[in-house]
Amino acid sequence: MSNIPENLRYSKDHEWVSVDTDTAAIGITDYAQHSLGDVVYIDMPRVGDKFGAHEAFGSVESVKAVSEVFTPIAGEVVEVNEGLNDTPEKVNGDPYGDAWFIKMKMENPLEADGLLSAEEYEEYLSNQS
Amino acid sequence: MRYIPNSPEERAEMLASLGLSNAGELFRSIPADVQLGRKLNVTDPLAEPEVIGAMEAMAAKNTGATKPSFLGAGVYSHYSPTIVDHLIQRSEFFTSYTPYQPEISQGTLQYIFEFQTLICQLTGMEVANASMYDGSTSMAEAYLMSQRVTRRNKIVVATSVHPEYREVARTYTKHGDAEIVEAAFDEESGRLSDLSALDDKTAALVVQSPNFFGCIEDLKTLAEAAHAVGALLVVVVTEAISFGLLKSPGSCGADIVVGEGQSFGIPMSFGGPHVGLFATQDKFVRQMPGRLCGVAYDKNGNRGFTLTLSTREQHIRREKATSNICTNQGLIALAATIYMETMGKQGLQEVATQNAQKAAYAKQKISEIDGFSIPFSSPTFNEFVVRGPKPATEILEELRTQNGVIGGLALSKYYANRSNEFLVCVTETTTRAQIDNLVESLIEISK
Repeated sequence: MSNIPENLRYSKDHEWVSVDTDTAAIGITDYAQHSLGDVVYIDMPRVGDKFGAHEAFGSVESVKAVSEVFTPIAGEVVEVNEGLNDTPEKVNGDPYGDAWFIKMKMENPLEADGLLSAEEYEEYLSNQS
Repeated sequence: MRYIPNSPEERAEMLASLGLSNAGELFRSIPADVQLGRKLNVTDPLAEPEVIGAMEAMAAKNTGATKPSFLGAGVYSHYSPTIVDHLIQRSEFFTSYTPYQPEISQGTLQYIFEFQTLICQLTGMEVANASMYDGSTSMAEAYLMSQRVTRRNKIVVATSVHPEYREVARTYTKHGDAEIVEAAFDEESGRLSDLSALDDKTAALVVQSPNFFGCIEDLKTLAEAAHAVGALLVVVVTEAISFGLLKSPGSCGADIVVGEGQSFGIPMSFGGPHVGLFATQDKFVRQMPGRLCGVAYDKNGNRGFTLTLSTREQHIRREKATSNICTNQGLIALAATIYMETMGKQGLQEVATQNAQKAAYAKQKISEIDGFSIPFSSPTFNEFVVRGPKPATEILEELRTQNGVIGGLALSKYYANRSNEFLVCVTETTTRAQIDNLVESLIEISK
């Protein structure tokens, strides 16, 4: 049973979004880290990079696969979790906390409202299998 | 692991278990209207003596670069110890495939790891890949890597870099967004001097040392100039033996070192197959192209080797890979590794010293001939430019037809305004008698 915090929003590509006014923190869900296996490296964008909704902003590499990571919302990267690559196992251990990937200044602060709620994401996951 | 083909009996057994009667039936899903339907237009098989005879007849039409030859310019005549050829013909080396399955390829992976380690030691860099196709494509890949690392598009390359390398790199990058700017060398010294194109849009400054004219570039100064604008310094080395004498590019501040490994026991072979070298610093490793072998330990503490960081490569990342290369020059890299390990540090230093000393002797003697001069003042390693009293093509033709000597390479082939100049290369295989004979022949020609 996958962990899905109530207070976050989700995408069908298994990313979570946490909004603070107009800044969004983005990471991958418990389901994603479990599917990937032990994470070894995260390919991050740079501060200042701009992305549209559903654009790939980087990739996450595990011992068995490499997967692109998509931003569910449009915006500009204002912070990158640089230290995460020193301890990539945090993506497996704490996907919703310490293992956020990037923070973006949202182009449209209300865009996250259109994403899946925890309940909707849970339903989406149960339909997947 | 050595390659062993299947016997006719084994093939018949496989076909039988598939319920097929011949191998042609494996292709039955291909529509009949696109099948060739005839035999290929090649000769019928010849008997072994006929094949050998045909090959010898073709080879006889070739003027081999046999002694005495003073040709260099990117492909060098060095001595290859007989152990090199002997060992690479072991079937485990000669026929083995790519070591994708580490559990059956430890021997192959170990020599790749040794190759990478030796290249790091010689270049003074932190990580080297398992080799590229050749020096010129390594340089082209360095252009692309510099663009990825710096996120800039402009490449400033010295015109003292091998003209054919520059041409290959231009072809390689022409459909991308690289802006290639050529930087001139100084007429007096023969070294890169015009750095005016360096700016905050420059991804890399690319320089060869020893350069095409044989001149040793001032890498430390060039590294500082490149780094001052946030660009990488890419150093190209076409003559690998020079690593035995010159300061390593890494110790001078190079960010990427590329080059040609042919000098390490590989025959000239009319231009190939040769082997590309590629080395960089650890911090850039994920942007490096090519195959990479790493060392790891199993749960019992036993050491093993495996290909690693494969997510840089095309078969995993497709269009997001660092390159479309997903191979290396395995057998040639092995030959180079055997050469390096046979010569050892001392042997390589000794070979390099002999090259430098013999070339210095030739340079001195030629400069003393009336009508001949050495146009560039920079120190050189084993190649140098000679300026004569008349077109170099004429001088070289006379040397060839009258004296049976291949005197060097006419620069007019690449530099239109340098018609009286030619590039002379002297290696450890050149004898003093051959140098003296060249000098005497030039004296005759100048009269």
